[in-house]
Amino acid sequence: MSDEPIVQMTGITKDFTGVRALDGVDFTLRPGEIHAVMGENGAGKSTLIKVLTGVHSPDAGQIHLDGEPVRFASPGHAQAGGISTVYQEVNLTDNLSVAENLFAGREPRFGPFINFRAMRRRAKELLDGIGVDLNVAAPLSSYSIAMQQLVAIARAVDIEAKVLILDEPTSSLDRDEVEVLLRVMRKLADQGTAMVFISHFLDQVYEICDRMTVLRNGKLVGEWSTAELPESELIGHMLGREVEALDAIERESSRRRPGDGVEPLVAATGLGRKGSIAPFDLDIREGEVVGLAGLLGSGRTETARLIAGADRSDSGALAFGGVEVKGHNPRTAAARGIGFCPENRKTEGLVGDLTIAENMILAMQASRGWARAIPPVRRAELVADFIDKLDIRPANPDLPVKNLSGGNQQKVLLARWMLIQPRLLILDEPTRGIDIGAKADIQRLVAELSGEGMAVLFISAELDEVTRLSDRIGVLRDRELIDILHEESDMTTERIVDTIVTKGGEQ
Amino acid sequence: MNPYFKRLMWPLAVLVALIVVNIAVTGFDFIIPSVHDGRLGGAFVNILRRSAPLLLIALGMTLVIATKGIDLSVGAVYAIGAAIGAQYILDRDQSSLVVVFTAIGLALLVAAVIGAWNGTMVAYFGVQPIVATLILMIAGRGIAQLITGGQIPSVSDTTPFVELGRGAVATVPVPIIIGIAVFAALVLLTRTTALGMLLESVGGNPEASRLAGIRSKGITVLVYLVCGFCAGLAGLMGAANLGSADANNGGLWIELDAILAVVIGGTALIGGRFFLLGTTIGVAIIGTLEVTIINVGLSSQWQFTAKAIVVFVVAMLQSPEFRAWILKPFRPRRAPDAPAEPATEKALAK
Repeated sequence: MSDEPIVQMTGITKDFTGVRALDGVDFTLRPGEIHAVMGENGAGKSTLIKVLTGVHSPDAGQIHLDGEPVRFASPGHAQAGGISTVYQEVNLTDNLSVAENLFAGREPRFGPFINFRAMRRRAKELLDGIGVDLNVAAPLSSYSIAMQQLVAIARAVDIEAKVLILDEPTSSLDRDEVEVLLRVMRKLADQGTAMVFISHFLDQVYEICDRMTVLRNGKLVGEWSTAELPESELIGHMLGREVEALDAIERESSRRRPGDGVEPLVAATGLGRKGSIAPFDLDIREGEVVGLAGLLGSGRTETARLIAGADRSDSGALAFGGVEVKGHNPRTAAARGIGFCPENRKTEGLVGDLTIAENMILAMQASRGWARAIPPVRRAELVADFIDKLDIRPANPDLPVKNLSGGNQQKVLLARWMLIQPRLLILDEPTRGIDIGAKADIQRLVAELSGEGMAVLFISAELDEVTRLSDRIGVLRDRELIDILHEESDMTTERIVDTIVTKGGEQ
Repeated sequence: MNPYFKRLMWPLAVLVALIVVNIAVTGFDFIIPSVHDGRLGGAFVNILRRSAPLLLIALGMTLVIATKGIDLSVGAVYAIGAAIGAQYILDRDQSSLVVVFTAIGLALLVAAVIGAWNGTMVAYFGVQPIVATLILMIAGRGIAQLITGGQIPSVSDTTPFVELGRGAVATVPVPIIIGIAVFAALVLLTRTTALGMLLESVGGNPEASRLAGIRSKGITVLVYLVCGFCAGLAGLMGAANLGSADANNGGLWIELDAILAVVIGGTALIGGRFFLLGTTIGVAIIGTLEVTIINVGLSSQWQFTAKAIVVFVVAMLQSPEFRAWILKPFRPRRAPDAPAEPATEKALAK
């Protein structure tokens, strides 16, 4: 590892119509190092990356690449300079083969024709080089997102990327897939590629990164080598206060054991849907948080969607408040008092062009029908109330919701359902991809709502979050609900993992 | 600046520019209304009067486009509305008000039913809007021909029906009154109720809207119904103005002008946010443009080319990328400590 930096950014400042997104930030990247850029949403991470990749041009400051001053006018320009980016969403073409994706735009030619044989051979070599084994002739869509991401990385590396930026690459991957990705990253680092890694998963950052740069409110907090900065200090730097925020959200009232005589609010018996989730039995009582845990693709989301009425079941029955539910769909579900925050808030939750206020009142308005608009004064009160209560920023109800950070978007979605005062709230990955502050807010809210008597079905990929919040935990594996943990002593990550492994093995 | 106004600013600028060109060529008579025979006249008033059918159709189209849809059948529905109105009167006592109102009512009812049919195919049977409405775009003129028996029914110049296109109330031409009334009615319908917001939600993100519990199917049918109704009313106004209903050529290609007006007005074809006032400005631009071509002395062959050029200009002005590019030389340089030129070739070559 040479000490001569490959990228040196000094005094980078960037303003967006009155808001200073970056304020004199320095950033140094050395060859062969994996460097994390850490900070809450809104800290300026993505602006810094966008300046580096030519999406934004800085208002002040200098960028040196290999010691030469550069100024990128466009992402293409930056790429030509050797800076490539791999995003969370894969920017490749699904229906082309792996090999075609790797060489799109620079195919090996035989006269005017594409030399497919050479292309496949070189694709194979390229993937072997980073230790990934794929059928290069198969369409990209036949592989998981994780594999597609590796293809994107391989492509970037082959276009002689000196600097590789990985923006939340792991957020939709399961544990094994993350392992593969990290292994490839290590291999690339050994070969001398410098990488910028952005992730909300602290354990991954600690596992793979050599150094980290921490930003807060557009300012540089500092740069540390990973070994010198314990996790608690890192979080302190990111939040700017000594936080025990996450630890503090132990349930105020200790966990309630479901009373035996209490009628469940929701009772699913043999509820299922072919190809998505095997028939399952699940009860949820008022004031209870039921967590769903399992690996990605284990059927967590599918379970939630059946109870929410987002998907139609093809077997079993669902009772709500002791009455059997017929013709379950999102509209009748909302009318019964079931709120559902889906997994993907951008594509299934929010309407990006509509304002914060409009997105908030959508479910309430839908239940009233189009002819009975919520009176403007009442609407303004409700919206202001929830913006305040959930601490949504910026607190401007007329801002398009697409301009908000992930955490604030999630809060808008929560507010939408809280407005109709649901009896059951279903939250599918409400804390995914959002910063620690917002995460703590949302966890606190879940605890609070259930304390007020609301039933909550809570899904998260982060097991400690599930164990912290849940009264009972449904464990899923391979699209089947394999167990429901309910003993106080069972509410541990180890117990869940153990259940997945042992119970799954029996089948 | 208010984002709503921002959307309207560029179409408005183009409209003003067109009006200024006309005033420069023909004097202020172009814009100042005159009174002839107890009704308002003058070049600009006539443009508005003649544009009224297009306005109705474009307003209906705006709502359809807001839902991510499109209605290609409006020209054919225009022809059907005109045919029903003219044929019904022709077969009966032309001077009777009862007959005239029955004809209008019947035509509007049929147009609304056709619209609802389009909407049903789109919402309940999942047919793509362009395909669903293409069916009636083709079949509609055939239906109109069947109604008129292949003839062009001409009504008497004395029937009250023609007032719909030629008449005036308190000197204001009836088509302009109808245009304003429909505009006001649609603004009230969409903006004082929650219909507008729910439309924008359904058009902006159908799946999120479904999960929020919005009855998007009913709303979609309603919007196509309104669009059909507007097209039928436009056809009646057209037939009343001409005193006849031409099943083949009445409202020919008006769907394209309507889509154009919607787009000029700032409503995106991908659905979501819609701007009824913007559409109205778009219609005025299209109407003024046709007169401008003649006023500046271009032959009428220029009409399509000139229209294309104006559409191009509006589309470019609405593109933030284009505006940034064209305004670049005029922008003061900031950040004195940053090197102004892009990355040096030397650095990139490395």
